[in-house]
This record gives sequence, C-alpha cells and structure tokens, in this order.
Amino acid sequence: MNAIYLDHAATTPMSPTVIAAMADAMANDYGNASSIHRVGRDARKQLDAARAVLAASIGAKPTEILLTSGGTEADNTAIFGVAEARAHEGKHIITTQIEHHAVLHACEKLQKKGYDVTYLPVNEYGVVSVADVEAALRDDTILVTIMYGNNEVGAVQPIAEIGALLQNHPATFHTDAVQAYGLLDMQVDALGVDLLSVSAHKLNGPKGIGFLYVRTNTKCTNLLYGGSQERKRRAGTENVPAVIGFATAVTEAAVKRDAAITAYKQYRTILLDTFEQAGIAYKVNGEQGLAHVLNIMFAGTHVESFLINLDMSGVLVSSGSACTAGSIDPSHVLVAMYGEQAEELRSSIRFSFGQGLSDEIIRDAANRVVAIVQRLVK
Amino acid sequence: MNETRDPSQIRVVVGMSGGVDSSVTAHLLKEQGYDVVGIFMKNWDDTDENGFCTATEDYEDVIAVCNQIGIPYYAVNFEKQYWDKVFTYFLEEYKAGRTPNPDVMCNKEIKFKAFLEHAMNLGADYLATGHYARVDRTGDEVKMLRGVDNNKDQTYFLNQLSQEQLSHVMFPIGNIEKKEVRKIAEEAGLATAKKKDSTGICFIGERNFKEFLSQYLPAQPGNMETFDGEVKGTHDGLMYYTLGQRHGLGIGGDGEPWFVLGKDLSRNVLYVGQGFHHEKLYSDALTAVNLGFTSNEPKPQTFTCTAKFRYRQDDSPVTVEMQPDGSALITFAEPQRAITPGQAVVLYDGEECIGGGTIDKVLKGSQALTYVG
Repeated sequence: MNAIYLDHAATTPMSPTVIAAMADAMANDYGNASSIHRVGRDARKQLDAARAVLAASIGAKPTEILLTSGGTEADNTAIFGVAEARAHEGKHIITTQIEHHAVLHACEKLQKKGYDVTYLPVNEYGVVSVADVEAALRDDTILVTIMYGNNEVGAVQPIAEIGALLQNHPATFHTDAVQAYGLLDMQVDALGVDLLSVSAHKLNGPKGIGFLYVRTNTKCTNLLYGGSQERKRRAGTENVPAVIGFATAVTEAAVKRDAAITAYKQYRTILLDTFEQAGIAYKVNGEQGLAHVLNIMFAGTHVESFLINLDMSGVLVSSGSACTAGSIDPSHVLVAMYGEQAEELRSSIRFSFGQGLSDEIIRDAANRVVAIVQRLVK
Repeated sequence: MNETRDPSQIRVVVGMSGGVDSSVTAHLLKEQGYDVVGIFMKNWDDTDENGFCTATEDYEDVIAVCNQIGIPYYAVNFEKQYWDKVFTYFLEEYKAGRTPNPDVMCNKEIKFKAFLEHAMNLGADYLATGHYARVDRTGDEVKMLRGVDNNKDQTYFLNQLSQEQLSHVMFPIGNIEKKEVRKIAEEAGLATAKKKDSTGICFIGERNFKEFLSQYLPAQPGNMETFDGEVKGTHDGLMYYTLGQRHGLGIGGDGEPWFVLGKDLSRNVLYVGQGFHHEKLYSDALTAVNLGFTSNEPKPQTFTCTAKFRYRQDDSPVTVEMQPDGSALITFAEPQRAITPGQAVVLYDGEECIGGGTIDKVLKGSQALTYVG
C-alpha cells in the first residue's frame, strides 16, 4: 500500500524550492565564506543574506544568530555554554521532565560534573506551571531551559510568562523551540528569552543545519574551537548551501503558515471524527497545542505491534523515542504526564502533519488505522 | 496441511538474532519469494559502563543483513517477559540445587509463545527461526524432525513445542548442514557470513558463568566430601557445580581424576569421587515432569522410544510409563551416567522429536537418588 507520511515532527521532506535553492548554491556558491577572494566574498554575501532572513524570523539581530549543525548542537551549546560561563555565579539549573533528550541528557551530564538540576513536573496536559518555575528559582540559579512546544504531545509551554518572571532574576533563559519554529509566534523580545534553538529539517529545510539565537551580551562559552567563524563562537567552515536552504524554508513556511495551521486543525478533526464514528476506543493525550502534533492512546493496543502494523499498511507514524536496539522505550513525556504505570505508556502513538497532505489522504490514513485497531483489539 | 498459495501471498516473520543462521533463514525465504519481515527480539540488556550492549551490536547486524536482502526489519522488546518467565525460573532452579535449561524455557515461553503471538498480530502466516530442526507437514499433523546436521540438531531445545505452535513455524535451514549455511551466507555476501557463533546461554554470553551467577545468587562455600565423609577441600557454592563435572575441583593426589557425584543442600556439601565411571554417577531410570508432546494424539500408557538427557548426546533406548499425575517414569535400557535434575529429557521416534520434559528425580533400583539434587 502507498505510504502516508504522518511523522513530520520527526523530520519533514525537503521543499522543492529549498532543493532548487540549495542545488544552485552547491553549483555556484562553493566558496569558503572566510576566504578573501571573490569566490569567498560571493559565499559570504549569500551567507549574510540568509542569516538576515533567519534573524528577522525571530525578531533578532543577524549578529545574534549562531549557526549550528542542528537543534541538538544548539541545545548543547546553550546548556554547556551557560553552565561553564556562569559556573562562578552558581551551579543550579531549572528544566522540565518533558524536554527533548538533547536538553535532558546534557543536563544529566552536568549533574555528573557537580551541577544541581531541578526537573520540573508538568500537569496532565503536559504543561509546566509558571508558579513551579518561580518556586524553583534560587540565588544560584544560572540557567532556566524550558522547551516552547513539546515534540511528542504538542503541549505549548508558557514561555512569555516565564520570560517575564525572569526579568526579575539574573538566570539566563533558554528555550528549545525546534518543534514550534514556523508555527508559533516567536519574537525573542516578546518571549523574553536569551537563547533559543531551532532546526531547519522540521520545516521542510535540510538536515544538518540549525541555529542558536544568542541575545547580545549573553554569557555562553563555545562548544567548538578552531577558526574564527560565527564571531569566534562556533568554529568550522560555514555550510553555505544548507544555510541558504534553511533561509528559503523559513521564508516559505512563513508564507504558508496560516493555511497550514488551518489544514492541520482540519486533519485533526478528520482523524478524531473517523475514530469516533468507527466506535474504537481512543483518547487524545494532552490538549490542542502545536497544530501539527496529535498524540493518541488507542486502548488495548500494544505500541510495538501497532506501529509495525501501521508501517505495513503504509501509515508512517511514531511513538516515544527509539531505544538503542531499535525497540521502543516508554515516552518520558507520557510518564511525566500520567505516571509510570499508565496505560497511555504502552498504547499511544503520535501523528504529526506537514506539507503535501490533503483531507482525502488523512481520511485514507484514518481508515487504515481503524482497520488495524479493530483487528488488534479483541 | 500443504500450502497451495503463492509464496508472495504468505507472510513469514523471521526471528533474527544478528547471527548467521537466522540471516540465512531470512535470505532463503526471500529467495523463495515469501513476504519476509525480519524482527529482532531484545530479551536482555547487558549495557556496560562504556555503553556497550550486545543487543545493540546484534541489531546493527540485523539491519545490515535485512538491507542486503531487501526486507523490512523491526525490533521488539521482551525483556520483561524474559525476566519473568525465563530468568526467574533459571535462578529458582539453581537455588533448588538443580541445573536448569533456560533455552528450552525461552523457546517455550518467549520465542514460540510471546514472539509467535507478536508475529501473528502482524498478519504473519508463519514464524521462521534459524534453528537446526525440520518441520514435516505431509501428514495430518505437523511433525518436528531432527536437523540433518546431526552435530547441530537443536530439537533438544525445541522439545516443548506443541502441535499448535508447530503449525505456525518454519525452520528453513534444518535440512542443510552448518557449513552449507556459512557457504550460502558468504556467496550472498551477507554481513554476518563470518560472524562467530554465539556460545552458551544468551544472557551470559562470553562472560564468566560463576561471576555472572554470583551477581544474582549469594555463593555459600562449603566442604567437598567423599561419600565416606572424608573432606577433600572447599567448594565455592553448590550452584556452580553440575553432576559428572571434572574441572574446577582442584583436588590433586594419586589415582584417577575427581568428579562431582552429588550435592547435599541441607549440609551445603558437594560430594566428590574418583573415576569417570564412578558407580554413584550411574542410574537406570528417571521421573520427568512438565511433559509435553508435539502431537495432540493421546499417548499409550506405556511406550518405547529413544531419549537424549543432554544436548548433543547420542540417543539411548528407553521405556516411558505415563503416570496418573501427568509425570512419566522413564526407564533406561542401559544404565546412564550423570543424569541431571533440571535438564531436559527429550524423546524421539526415529527422526522425529515427539516431545520431552524436565528431569525431576533420578532412580537406581527403583530408589530415588537423594544426592543428585
């Protein structure tokens, strides 16, 4: 059966416009942006133009955009960078239990190095409370890192409120906005963030490129050393074609944003209506947050077998995070929302929408899901 | 019983371990045109302090082979079921002074039960594994036959499979020899063609058995004695020794080598004696429990067949007498050496493996030997 890709929160197919822009850049802008000659200058010009687009997308200055290899490097740079730069001021960090592993595992590493990390809980909708953040703040808190939109259930965190709270505290504020970028409003001054991570491949751009927004005068030590690229904050020859692709994707996403959100809400309605009409047992995990993420428990299914059956019938979705040997560990996000023993942990899957879908395609997918659930749940 | 459908209409899930046998199993089925799906089963996590995990390495091999063959692959986690059904039993048996066979239990409870059910849930018609055994579907019932490679035959470990389980399994390499399997893997260029065979119990692997067991069961050193009460030294813990064992006793001196003859759990004493053929090692019958037969046809109350009492042993003629409580008294035509409680007794009718059970008591002259554990 033909494949229906509903795993856009994992990664997205590249937009044809992006591919064309990158192919052109690979053919023509091959220069090293640091070279003094004309080919180098051409590359630099393209790089600067792209950087300006990226900066404008979040209301930042181009000098505040630190290009990275993606969301993970952006998160790691923010966390290890602030931890090191401000170690003399304190060693306390506040985060949540539902962060991406790029944040959680970095924090765990810092704990082994003697830092004290507070992992805030979330409510049953996957949302952290501002009061909990306030209560966790200490004199030695140097960093608060809380994601914007959760990648597994779509829960949107109160970033602007936390940003406002932190106006009265010297802690640096980082948000992992990888999953929210392109869909939610993201003006860094309105959010009150000092650091913000995004990645290109979640919005139809290329893999291997992302950026960390670093507010002017934020103390953040380098992760990589070498050449003097990125104002000596991140060594390594700039990946000019990827940055051009990134900027193209960001521009395109902004144009398509409102229509996309409307379409995703419609897809959500079609899926839920189809499940309702078929009379299968299901429950949405969390409430409407990011428009493209829909996490559902199908009572009585077992996620490993369910996912394989979905793949075999061409519905490509995911659940939790892949463990080392390919099998599935329970989602730490669902554990945080429902506890260790909840049925949601073994019976939930994530649908995530993106470009290239239609109401018909979603209806087709919904019917395939229903057929499998009816077969598996006896 | 014979399949009439085109192979492309038949979905076969292959249990892939990352070894050469299951790799060739998948390869052969794909060549024959079946709708093949490879699934890796993770039963045990041995991740060490460096992050190294045997399962991760094995799964990498499964991925490489499946991509070479051109079949989809998945992984499934049965760690909890394995712990509950196999490992707990394994420890309990050792605690009771017996020598368990976790592979038999794994086949019965995990591979051909939980995993088979998983495969069926994926719309599979059959589950195939890389066991050296054959399935004969020509009669009214499915029969399990020995693998043609006598040295590799694995029916001993499969003896608990029921007719229902057998009706859903395929053993595609059971009719070829191991060296032929290697050759097929090499000719097909499979990534696992030269991979070393795994040895021993899957969760222990290449590690030291004593060290492994000591992590789970407290070792209680005690005396090694002869049946006359003469103390010959100290043992490290009764669970580390099995009947008929020679190595690791460390008793020197004149005369024939020393062997483990039995155990006294209440006194924590290991009985030892000299000579491979020590008369205390010999018995003439056993009782078996947990008896299972591959056929649904009722067995006569008494019948003769051949039996294996441990893996890779030659068959011996026996008489089986079924008891009212479901156990069986199995009498040997010739006295047998070192029959070990906890191990499997597996029954054969010519080429066919007809079933088996767990050795419970060992008898000599109709008396149960109390010193064998």
